[in-house]
Amino acid sequence: MFRPRPDSRHATICVEVEGRLVRVPAGASAAAAVLIAGLSSIRETPLPTGQARGLKGHGAERGPYCMMGICFDCLAEIDGVPNRQSCMIAARPGMRIRRQRGARAVAMK
Amino acid sequence: MTVDLAIIGAGPAGMAAAALAAELGLDTLVVDEADTPGGQIYRGVEHAPEASALGADYLPGRRLVTQLRESTARYRPGTTVWHIDPGASGGGILSLAAAGYSETVAARQILIATGAIERPVPIPGWTLPGVMTAGAAQLLLKTADLVPEGQAVLAGQGPLLYLTALQLTRAGAPPLAVLETTPAANYHAATARYVGELWRGRRDLGKGLALLFGLVRAGVAVRRGVRRLRVLGRHRVEGVAWEGGEIAVDHLFLHEGVIPNTQISLALQIAHRWDEAQRCWRPAVDEWGRTSLPGIAIAGDGAEIAGAGAAALSGRLAALDAAAALGRIDEEDRDRRARPIRSGLARERAIRPFLDALYRPADSVLSPADAVIACRCEEVSTGQIRRAVQLGASGPNQMKAFLRCGMGPCQGRVCGPIVGAVIAAARGVAIAEIGTFRPRAPYKPITVGTLAGVERDPHQIADNEQDSFA
Repeated sequence: MFRPRPDSRHATICVEVEGRLVRVPAGASAAAAVLIAGLSSIRETPLPTGQARGLKGHGAERGPYCMMGICFDCLAEIDGVPNRQSCMIAARPGMRIRRQRGARAVAMK
Repeated sequence: MTVDLAIIGAGPAGMAAAALAAELGLDTLVVDEADTPGGQIYRGVEHAPEASALGADYLPGRRLVTQLRESTARYRPGTTVWHIDPGASGGGILSLAAAGYSETVAARQILIATGAIERPVPIPGWTLPGVMTAGAAQLLLKTADLVPEGQAVLAGQGPLLYLTALQLTRAGAPPLAVLETTPAANYHAATARYVGELWRGRRDLGKGLALLFGLVRAGVAVRRGVRRLRVLGRHRVEGVAWEGGEIAVDHLFLHEGVIPNTQISLALQIAHRWDEAQRCWRPAVDEWGRTSLPGIAIAGDGAEIAGAGAAALSGRLAALDAAAALGRIDEEDRDRRARPIRSGLARERAIRPFLDALYRPADSVLSPADAVIACRCEEVSTGQIRRAVQLGASGPNQMKAFLRCGMGPCQGRVCGPIVGAVIAAARGVAIAEIGTFRPRAPYKPITVGTLAGVERDPHQIADNEQDSFA
């Protein structure tokens, strides 16, 4: 997990990560909020490899890796929209960030 | 909409090019994926405190940001270029996506200034949560004042590795250790061959030495000649091991230098060449940044890794050439204005041959062991790629059909360099002959919904569609 450095600016933005409220400073991305919340991973790959490692019905666990929009390992469901690159999206007050489990379902509205 | 010059990327090259092009009277548009200008190198610099842990080379980025903000160039943050249709007479048509809608812009000249990405560091366990790049740790510090909690180790080589270690130290979170992978032979080879470059690049060499002394003074253990790195852990990183040692860690930050971000230039089928000194693919550009496509230039680290100072200067050269191509200045004026920029560029590049030789990545970084995952998205191992070579997959693009590597959400951005090098080594052929992935549009995944929103009023569309993909 990550923490604000000792003399950092105030964390003023409140977001929800997997049901947990965390405060993040302005300028933080949704992926940064995930790291502040202390989640070890934010997505499971759409592949069945995780089952071999004892994760029932899921792919491998992944967390933010590059933080600059390259690797897509920080994919998350943000405000109900799946498969968003959380490192490229600024945290906003009230934002809800959830795990991305495998591939996104086809939206039927 | 038609503009004189469209610039992709608001890092040092894009910002400097935009400010000069606007000053020369060009109708200039800058599109950038991030919410604020600066690129990765100056990410968050507008809001950085004066006494920043990020050091003296970071804050000068504000001057470039101010020049962009105060120029007449239109700056469009949060915007992704997902396709370019090159025009026969120069420039082309850009397809942009932002806030859930898509639109096209015609540009007489295009400048690609998409900078660098970190070279992938494929070691056993590098996909485990808690393993990140050194650049990622630095970006968390730049954007959100965040430092790792618990024990952190940085491993690999290159200026950014030491810089990040020192910045974390200054920010009150010194890493437990820096594990340097530079082979001892590189030190001898680099100093013996590039004595002259060392003198011409003494300013940058001094900065590098100051970094190392800073780490030693702070009591950060620097272990040299580390080989056979691997990550320990089951569901997340628990430790890092190497030949002859291991440490328990909560965070591992990897780095083996940076390489040009060639996603757009490769997709456009611009001519590229393998740069053996920097061990990466880069677009072939002339002294103005011109590519094999008319009216499409590349500036900054996206053309050649030379750092932020050189990037800004090469951006200005490209702006001058665009202005000349559009008849705003004559060639004599362009050349006269370029002269002092070129001397600055030579100074900025002086240290590069030494750094390239010193931090030349080992063969195992380019072509790792069989068990190591090469394609993170599709979880394809290096061994699978080697077996597919035996079955007749002779190049990176055939490998997509065999194994789906490079066809996941990152579109081959991360595994591209690995796949090409592994095939080359397996076939005993030079990487230059093997080539690399040809990326396809959309350059970033976009939803059908975003596509369907073409030419709709952006204010009518809920921004919750932004950046998502199917």
